[in-house]
Amino acid sequence: MLYREAGQFKTSYAADQSLFPIAQDKWGVVLLLAVALFAVPFMASEYMLSSILIPFLVFSLAAIGLNILTGYCGQLSLGTGGFMACGAFFAYKLTTAFPEVHIVVVFLLSGFGTALVGILFGIPSLRIKGFYLAVATLAAQFFLIWVFNKFGWWTNYSPSGVISAPPREVVPGVVVTGASGTPEAKYVFLLVFVAILALLAKNLVRSRIGRSWMAIRDMDIAAEIIGIRPMFAKLSAFAVSSFFIGIAGALWAFCYTGSVEALAFEINRSFQVLFMIIIGGLGSIMGSFMGAAFIVLLPLVLNNGMLWIDPTISVALVAHIEFMIFGALIVFFLIVEPHGLARLWQLAKEKLRLWPFPY
Amino acid sequence: MNLRTIAIWAVSVPLVIAALGFFHQALAAAGWIAFFTWPFYFEVILNGLLQGVMYSLVALGFVLIFKASGIFNFAQGSLVLFAALTMVGLIEMGLPWPLAFVATAVVMVGVAIAVERVVLRPLVNQPHIILFMATIGIFYFMDGFGQTLWGSDVKVLDIGIPKDPIFILGGVFEGGLLVQSFDVIAALCGALLVAVLAVFFQYTRIGRALRAVADDHQAALSVGIPLKTIWAIVWSVAGIVALVAGIMWGGKLGVQFTLALIALKALPVLILGGFTSIPGAIIGGLIIGAGEQVAENFVGAAIGGAIQDWFAYMLAMVFLLFRPQGLFGEKIIERV
Amino acid sequence: MPDASQTAASDEQAAAEAPARRFAETLLEVQNITLRFGGVKALTDISFDIKKGEIRAIIGPNGAGKSSMLNVINGFYTPQEGTISFKGKLRKAMRPHEAAKNGIARTFQNIALFKGMSTLDNIMTGRLLKMKSNLLLQALYWGPNLREETEHRAFCERIIDFLEIQAIRKTPVGKLPYGLQKRVELARALAMEPELLLLDEPMAGMNVEEKEDMCRFILDVNEEFGTTIALIEHDMGVVMDISDRVVVLDYGRKLADGTPDEVRGNQAVIDAYLGVSH
Repeated sequence: MLYREAGQFKTSYAADQSLFPIAQDKWGVVLLLAVALFAVPFMASEYMLSSILIPFLVFSLAAIGLNILTGYCGQLSLGTGGFMACGAFFAYKLTTAFPEVHIVVVFLLSGFGTALVGILFGIPSLRIKGFYLAVATLAAQFFLIWVFNKFGWWTNYSPSGVISAPPREVVPGVVVTGASGTPEAKYVFLLVFVAILALLAKNLVRSRIGRSWMAIRDMDIAAEIIGIRPMFAKLSAFAVSSFFIGIAGALWAFCYTGSVEALAFEINRSFQVLFMIIIGGLGSIMGSFMGAAFIVLLPLVLNNGMLWIDPTISVALVAHIEFMIFGALIVFFLIVEPHGLARLWQLAKEKLRLWPFPY
Repeated sequence: MNLRTIAIWAVSVPLVIAALGFFHQALAAAGWIAFFTWPFYFEVILNGLLQGVMYSLVALGFVLIFKASGIFNFAQGSLVLFAALTMVGLIEMGLPWPLAFVATAVVMVGVAIAVERVVLRPLVNQPHIILFMATIGIFYFMDGFGQTLWGSDVKVLDIGIPKDPIFILGGVFEGGLLVQSFDVIAALCGALLVAVLAVFFQYTRIGRALRAVADDHQAALSVGIPLKTIWAIVWSVAGIVALVAGIMWGGKLGVQFTLALIALKALPVLILGGFTSIPGAIIGGLIIGAGEQVAENFVGAAIGGAIQDWFAYMLAMVFLLFRPQGLFGEKIIERV
Repeated sequence: MPDASQTAASDEQAAAEAPARRFAETLLEVQNITLRFGGVKALTDISFDIKKGEIRAIIGPNGAGKSSMLNVINGFYTPQEGTISFKGKLRKAMRPHEAAKNGIARTFQNIALFKGMSTLDNIMTGRLLKMKSNLLLQALYWGPNLREETEHRAFCERIIDFLEIQAIRKTPVGKLPYGLQKRVELARALAMEPELLLLDEPMAGMNVEEKEDMCRFILDVNEEFGTTIALIEHDMGVVMDISDRVVVLDYGRKLADGTPDEVRGNQAVIDAYLGVSH
């Protein structure tokens, strides 16, 4: 009853093109952000912040990055983990070499660095498509991880190969990275940072470049015939996507785990992010958030659920059953709603629009 | 494959091997890599080829399913693991290995039918990426299921294949070349399997139906080929191929979780050989196997090792840049 | 075709009534084009021209090479021999996106729309080449970029009004019926403000009313925007009605070229369509 767009007339194309054409949507998002920013840090427990909300935000950003490439531009990639590692190690090298540079600048620079690597590994996409490309992106995954593992330069020759992220302040007195930052500070910083980046991503996909990505995705031949250069469209998708994924990798190492290690960015990480965008919804920024939330929460729920049923269950068995349920859920989701949570949300909104008088 | 292609291969393969050898010899002479001897080089290539046959075995399963249904079956690796786990489990329960083999084959057919019923049937006509994702779902499920059922310890799978080192070609090279008898037998089994499959698909009614399905689903349906049955058969055959691959890999490395990941190595093999070509899978496997071993033992040893983690993928990727249709694919003419 | 003669008769009347239009300036000229796929010759030594402002039809039996001809014109296929000159510039081949930039737009026989995008977004893609803002401005969606988006949106809305597809503006095109998809594809091509519009069987699979609508749109486009149109069509009634000149292909060779009346009287064309009695 509350969710009605009747009576909201747009008098200009600009108004019709705005981010949230329906007033209730706009105020809903504003309210959500306000609660997340002003209420959650004071109410949520430390566990809630550092084990659920912080990884959720980091994963959301990675999922947005992959969604740009796979969901919007249609180029399947299995190299997400490798690109996240790039961001993390670039940020580490930059901030240890130039400690005085502001950490946000460091993150952005490592994003740009990752974008360059992304372009390099995007070159095969000009010749090959689909699954052939997916396998080619595996080359990026394995090669990059090998590089970071093999050469001590990346870890400043630390003997153990595991290095902790140095503490850095975002405003004087507020440490947001490494072990000495409080979860609250990290959370608020991540929330603001990720929200801004998500807004930029949303703007890109509804602009010219976003439309040329989608054109390439839906029919590359026709796209070329209306004047899109496939090379520019594909490589720009690789670049922008890697930019977001690289920053996500840096945030992962600096704000979530607090340690920079290649092990965290193995092939499984790539799959994890791919699941997020499939379950959340291909070609949807909102879906990236939903998918990230789902994949972060699911193992926790399964784990606790199984412990609740049988407290004596072994850890290994829990892990295996988790795998099974996870796999089954993926298949279930694909069968029930191949367009992901974002589509379900849209359908729910359409129902809500008519509620309680559907005729 | 016509006579001309065979002639080209017969000339170019020895040339490439020789050229690579001289290249490494030059590297050694320049002091860039530690050492190079021709017998060692050939030994490395030979062992690489044997290893490559094992990759081909896994790749074969992918090709079968891709040909028949256009599905890129990521779960092939987990089928390999599941088959090996089941077989070991049955042997541990006291079954003699031939019986365990048959029982596992039956289980794999059951798995295939279940996959067709539960996963593929509801997803008919979905875009390929959705089906691909579904097979990743199957991958996770089978991994979890196998290990829930049989545990996750490393198990020994021994069906009596000898594992002695043997020396061959002693007349040509001093002291002969060192190979593992196990690898040789595994390669022979692989060759036998490929021959059986080739006959099956070329000369049986099911084989013909399968090739029709591969060409065009709807056309095949319209002439009365039961698509669903064909899919169940293909997945069953892929399951049995996975079983053979599982026995070989399991016998070599022990049955453990990493078997599922070895399947990833079959992917560059596939893009080299083309997703739809059985000979492509074999030759791609041989190239990847040999190339990887040569790279690892000479250049890899010089720059810190473990380059076989990524070498195969890079090789395949660079190759695709120059020949996007793979070794045996036809040049694609796009129509609008 | 029992009613072919009937249609032809009424066409003759129509043609007699309308004074034939004259066009002076040559927009596109193809010379001695030969296109081969492996050993198969799809086009053999084809030459013809398209004058600025006219409606030019390309007809011929199935497999005559009509679509291949369009593919050559907009750069999708590169011919082995021959040249194309467009707006006075001679070239051997150009990439499709170059053709688009030079003002050649086209529609396809089997609709080539972006199925995941809405009607409006599809039409907006036609404006891509006219949009200028850089990546940063697009990310901010602010200032010049917002102005640009709004301007082009207004342009697209005019085309939407013109083709009477206001109601399906925000519907994903994958969900639209066939006839409407054809119309959206035309809208996307028009959004490019092309000088030369190539239409590959714009009326295939349509019922009579839809065909009439489409004919009206094509004539309106030609008249109001002055767009030169080259179209492939099987419906002879339509071809004879709306086109200024017709080129006939058969087995990749040019059979005839001229006004509808001339072509209709050409013995070779009649043989190709009806078969030769021996």
